[in-house]
Amino acid sequence: MSTFTLGGIHPPEHKELACNAAIEVCKLPQRAVVPLSQHIGAPCKSLIEVGQRVLAGQLIGNPEGFISAPVHASIAGKVTGIEAFPSPMGRMVPSIVIENDKSDEWTPLEGDPNYMERSADVLKGRIKASGIVGMGGATFPTVVKLSPPKEKKIDAVIINGAECEPYLTADHRLMLENPKEIVEGLKILMKVLELNKGYIGIEENKPDAIEKMKDAASGDKNIEVWTLVTKYPQGAEKMLIKSILNREVPAGGLPMDVGVVVQNCGTAYAIYEACCLGKPLMERVVSVTGPGITSPKNLRARIGTPVSQLIETCGGLKSGAVKVISGGPMMGFAIYDLDTPVTKGTSGIVALEDKDIVHRTKFNHCIRCGRCVEACPMGLMPLMLSVYSEKGLYTDAKDYHLFDCFECGSCTYVCPSKRPIVQQIRLAKTMVKP
Amino acid sequence: MEQNKQGLIVSVSPHISSEETVPRIMWTVSISLLPALVMGIYYFGPKAVYVTALCIIGSMASEWFVQKLAGKEITLADGSAFLTGILLGLNMPSTVPFYIPLVSAFVAVGITKQLFGGLGYNIFNPALIGRAFALITWTRAMTTWAVPDAAFVAINAKTTATPLGILKEEGMGKLLEVFGDKLSLYKELLIGHRAGSLGETSMIAILIGAAFLVYRRYISLRIPLSFLATVAVGAWIFGGKTGYFTGDPIIHLLSGGLMLGAFYMATDYVTCPTVKSGQILFGIGCGFLTILIRLKAGYPEGVMFAILIMNCFAPLIDRNCRTSVFGAKKEKK
Repeated sequence: MSTFTLGGIHPPEHKELACNAAIEVCKLPQRAVVPLSQHIGAPCKSLIEVGQRVLAGQLIGNPEGFISAPVHASIAGKVTGIEAFPSPMGRMVPSIVIENDKSDEWTPLEGDPNYMERSADVLKGRIKASGIVGMGGATFPTVVKLSPPKEKKIDAVIINGAECEPYLTADHRLMLENPKEIVEGLKILMKVLELNKGYIGIEENKPDAIEKMKDAASGDKNIEVWTLVTKYPQGAEKMLIKSILNREVPAGGLPMDVGVVVQNCGTAYAIYEACCLGKPLMERVVSVTGPGITSPKNLRARIGTPVSQLIETCGGLKSGAVKVISGGPMMGFAIYDLDTPVTKGTSGIVALEDKDIVHRTKFNHCIRCGRCVEACPMGLMPLMLSVYSEKGLYTDAKDYHLFDCFECGSCTYVCPSKRPIVQQIRLAKTMVKP
Repeated sequence: MEQNKQGLIVSVSPHISSEETVPRIMWTVSISLLPALVMGIYYFGPKAVYVTALCIIGSMASEWFVQKLAGKEITLADGSAFLTGILLGLNMPSTVPFYIPLVSAFVAVGITKQLFGGLGYNIFNPALIGRAFALITWTRAMTTWAVPDAAFVAINAKTTATPLGILKEEGMGKLLEVFGDKLSLYKELLIGHRAGSLGETSMIAILIGAAFLVYRRYISLRIPLSFLATVAVGAWIFGGKTGYFTGDPIIHLLSGGLMLGAFYMATDYVTCPTVKSGQILFGIGCGFLTILIRLKAGYPEGVMFAILIMNCFAPLIDRNCRTSVFGAKKEKK
């Protein structure tokens, strides 16, 4: 079993809440709010007018710029507005509001069962046209990852099934229920990138998923399923590459600098659907879980479904729930408004009770215990970054490799003084140039 | 903390945290010192309780007093003043008059810790500064050692020298004369039946507490082991009267305040380095200075000054050791 070498933590997993709940299809929303920017990069330009009727799967937002991804209608109905709505990350994003006309009429999908016979460019074109982005949460447009500059030779692709965030079980369920499709997605990726080595990395706390994926991949000796140590942040790209291939992405670099492309298993599934069924990315699996949810479930929800509807489908919030997070509790965002829509990057909705969360409004001095240094997977000294940022000495923080921090939160999790280290690091990053 | 319209809390990630808190750490370390304290009471009688209690009261009162004057929040509940008090007590002879623990505790917590900014901002280990102050100010009282007497009831009218004192002044021959043969000397040192500060004598008791802390991952073995190993090697090479490589490292390891210092004082979070390689360097530095003082300086024991001197270097060590950053360029600039 393999893992990364530096740091890492073991927060309680709490996967048992939802890992046995088979994926259910969430009822279509009465009103879907589809943000025009659900990815890192340039927002889309709306292709439709208010009042127009759209069909499910219809292209409604066209990308502007290379790092971008198109957006599709997730339900059929009349467009009643194009206005700013809060995104899960807290920003206001221009969004297309579609009023459901209950027809669930789809644009004709161009299925292609012989997709593996198509050329790499055709497949890449379908991935691009389907608006696929990284579905682990970072939402980086997938096609950009599949178009490395000429000088970067890619020799391996890794499917990320680590799902190292506590509570989340969406990827776990997807691997259990659709292993073949994920492997097909991986094969498409290997074809597009013209390479013959594919890996699937899964944490050992999901033995059933490991078995299913091994079965599904058994026909192809170019695909290896790796069991990884259960250790947060195993699912971070850099950590995953280190664990499986023992390569270190250089500081400030990208996975392609060491010849690797990493894709989430949900993304692989979406790639399969795009290439085989011609279906754009307009729905995804979301774990709705946590001690604050009455009956935790994994739901297949259309993009644009309000979080409140997901929560209602799961029996509503318990009275003790005080915080609702989009994503996992380590790197997710606290939701500001429960009408916030599900987007392509929403891997989970986690509701926590007061006893589960930490209040960092009041924190103590650093006692230099060194727990953060031990926990940091990047080998940084978070205590120095924290103290320098607190004192406004941002340039000094830069000398301690400020910009190598990817904000996994391990340091902050272990800090006995409950210092908001990650937030102090975020602040410092905005105050100095890389 | 912001609350949204549904009454939900909106704040930044990570949203969860480990159970570890500063008070939990401080109180756990304090509890781990109980075996050493019990052995101190066993050998030195009720006076051991008296001295330790005075140190604890003095420490907590000083913390309260200075924080009150400074208009700061009172942080007695975090247990750090209690811990400094108990450590200071364990580092005192059982025979000292009442004012020494009280004044030393003020120097430790009031001056060394609070006046430098409170927990986390002190440069030196507070308990050791308190003890160093006492040793220099009341040298005679701080070096008058009661003869240990079993069974909790000792009156300790008689005084004697510590094994290290005897070794320094009168040599190995005298030490063996007092304790019989070498084997019984080792045995007595291990269980703690010898003169010394009331909590430093019993190696077994200290090691039980330290093992608990290591098990709980509150301390790592990097500083204690590098510290002890350096002392052992130094004692072996330079400690003999008949030439190099004839010293007895075991006596040096088992006597004085070395175990207590290596496991409880040198590992003080605030005043030791945080980088792994730096911690080993710190331990080696402590060991080197300890053996230098024990063998060549005026005092028979050097652990206290060694740690205090190395405390000054902790930030420099951290600055220069640094961690190896993931993916950092390996070639030289």
